[in-house]
Amino acid sequence: MKPVSLVRGTMVPLPRSDVDTDQIIPKQFLTRIERTGYGEFLFYDWARTEEGEPSSDFFVHDPKRQGAKVLVAGRNFGCGSSREHAVWAIQDWGFDAVIAPSFGDIFRNNCVNVGLLTVELPDEDVARLQEMAQNPGVVVTVDLEQQVVVADDYVFEFDVDPGVKERLLKGLDPIGLTLLEVEAISRFESTRPAWLS
Amino acid sequence: MSGRTLFEKIWDDHVVTGDDPALLYVDLHLVHEVTSPQAFSGLEHSGRTVRRPDLTLATVDHAIPTTARSLGIRDPQSKKQVDTLKANTERHGITYFGLDDPRQGIVHVVGPENGYTQPGKVIVCGDSHTSTHGAFGALAFGIGTSEVEHVLATQSLWQKKPKTMAVEFDGPLPHGVTAKDLILGMIAQLGVGGGIGHVIEYRGEAIRALTMEERMTICNMSIEGGARAGMIAPDETTFAYVEGRPQAPTGAEWDTAVEYWSGLGSDADATFDTTHHIDAANLVPHVSWGVNPGQTAPITSAVPDPAQFDDPIERDSVARALQYMDLRPGTPFVEIPVQHVFLGSCTNGRIEDLRLAAKILAGKKVASGVSAVAVPGSMQVKAQAEAEGLAQVFEDAGFSWREAGCSSCLAMNDDVIPAGERVASTSNRNFEGRQGRGARTHLVSPAMAAAAAVAGHLVDVRDWS
Repeated sequence: MKPVSLVRGTMVPLPRSDVDTDQIIPKQFLTRIERTGYGEFLFYDWARTEEGEPSSDFFVHDPKRQGAKVLVAGRNFGCGSSREHAVWAIQDWGFDAVIAPSFGDIFRNNCVNVGLLTVELPDEDVARLQEMAQNPGVVVTVDLEQQVVVADDYVFEFDVDPGVKERLLKGLDPIGLTLLEVEAISRFESTRPAWLS
Repeated sequence: MSGRTLFEKIWDDHVVTGDDPALLYVDLHLVHEVTSPQAFSGLEHSGRTVRRPDLTLATVDHAIPTTARSLGIRDPQSKKQVDTLKANTERHGITYFGLDDPRQGIVHVVGPENGYTQPGKVIVCGDSHTSTHGAFGALAFGIGTSEVEHVLATQSLWQKKPKTMAVEFDGPLPHGVTAKDLILGMIAQLGVGGGIGHVIEYRGEAIRALTMEERMTICNMSIEGGARAGMIAPDETTFAYVEGRPQAPTGAEWDTAVEYWSGLGSDADATFDTTHHIDAANLVPHVSWGVNPGQTAPITSAVPDPAQFDDPIERDSVARALQYMDLRPGTPFVEIPVQHVFLGSCTNGRIEDLRLAAKILAGKKVASGVSAVAVPGSMQVKAQAEAEGLAQVFEDAGFSWREAGCSSCLAMNDDVIPAGERVASTSNRNFEGRQGRGARTHLVSPAMAAAAAVAGHLVDVRDWS
């Protein structure tokens, strides 16, 4: 995994609450066995007209929004299905960070595992950022090391789990780390009750 | 030191190392075709192997057809995905219930019915409805594909300790009200984000009286309330269900297991971070009207008006939902017509669900203009339903009787609801496009779905029994 420390770029506002992973990446794209190439399917239905043509009314195909790095979303973003494809699609489209008042639990874990930075900020701070993000030129900086989001004259501090922060900053491979504990795992296995085999 | 909750006991008994996060040992890893291929390829790319194939069970459910098995899988990409799972399980020595196996079915139906799901276990799967298995007093939750790979390689997962939430269902469940209504009622009250960061323990008189299958319906939808896991303390009902199933302990081991399981329930002096009460005794059947499971209301009420909502974000979300659902504020729910009925899914695709629906359907016909489908949760459920004569009831009523799978719940196969049409569905999610682009979902219980099929519109099933 690539280390993540500083994300700097323009924002896309998505002022809707409870955006589920079915919207982020609809089911018809989950039959692929690859891990890449999901960006073009991001928010597939919302990004299309009723006839199914790409629409520039939604950010995915809006020329003014191309190259944006930070998605500023609503409460409970990424709720629903555990599909990691949702995170792959967000990342593949070009985002390196998502800011929201809260996230679905599984979605947030998935983000950590692929190095997509999630930042939780209070409702009013997110609302302020969404307002600024109406202007597609406004640049935001998300600094994981300093735990701040900086845009215009505003500085928003955020909390992050120290373990998660270290993993992201160093780009650590979680499986490699766990395999360092293989003796503890073997020891644990020797104590499990027989009926669990 | 105060007592411990059911969750805390299972957590403590599975810590390999660390505190918060802790490395938790996984007793059962369920695998299906959609969220596993990238995990297996990642594993192999890193030159790693599956640590405990004996604690891993695979089946196919999400993207497979529910038409006759002999027809095979038409969609080449889905076929490749299923073939990939088969090859991965063969290469790593994992038990696989494939398309032609009599034990194939939805992963959350298969685990319990074959006795893999047991109290006290930590169970994970690359599927958010893994919470289902919490009905047995297990700690069960959904994970993403990177975590699937992690569990394959290490049989463990790093986890931050979630908060605990008790939901007390007070009073007995009234006649005509089902487990589905209990959980829909709870989510309507707590909201789709109400359980974020929590593990829920369902408690109270109404819960204790439920069968195992009803408890699975409750725990299944924990994730729809934002909670990764929901659990119910194991009791005699649980032990009676598990005993004698293929993977259940036997002989002296059974006695030892039951003794351990009997001590898992939350201690009387255990404390929860949050407690909610649901007035079960006064619940009525529920129906969803919007585009998330929290947008749900009693069938006796009417489509809400966005203007009723004070919070601007919620007001906007309700307005958007009504637009997608093509519903006008004030319309009584019982006047809403349906063109489709879907009976099935990991929420309501078990034998008791089919019995409940068949009881309503006996001697009746599906209304003209309604397309109704019954999809058993597993091939074992299907065989049992056929042996009991339920399949005949469905077919006589005009239902299409199918092979086992997830089917229209997420419509990854051909079981897609057309755009603009409305479905009374026993599944768990009414998200936009979930059952087909532009399809409009109303989540209901199996009894309510069966009644809607006959009436051609949503009905209060209590008027029928």
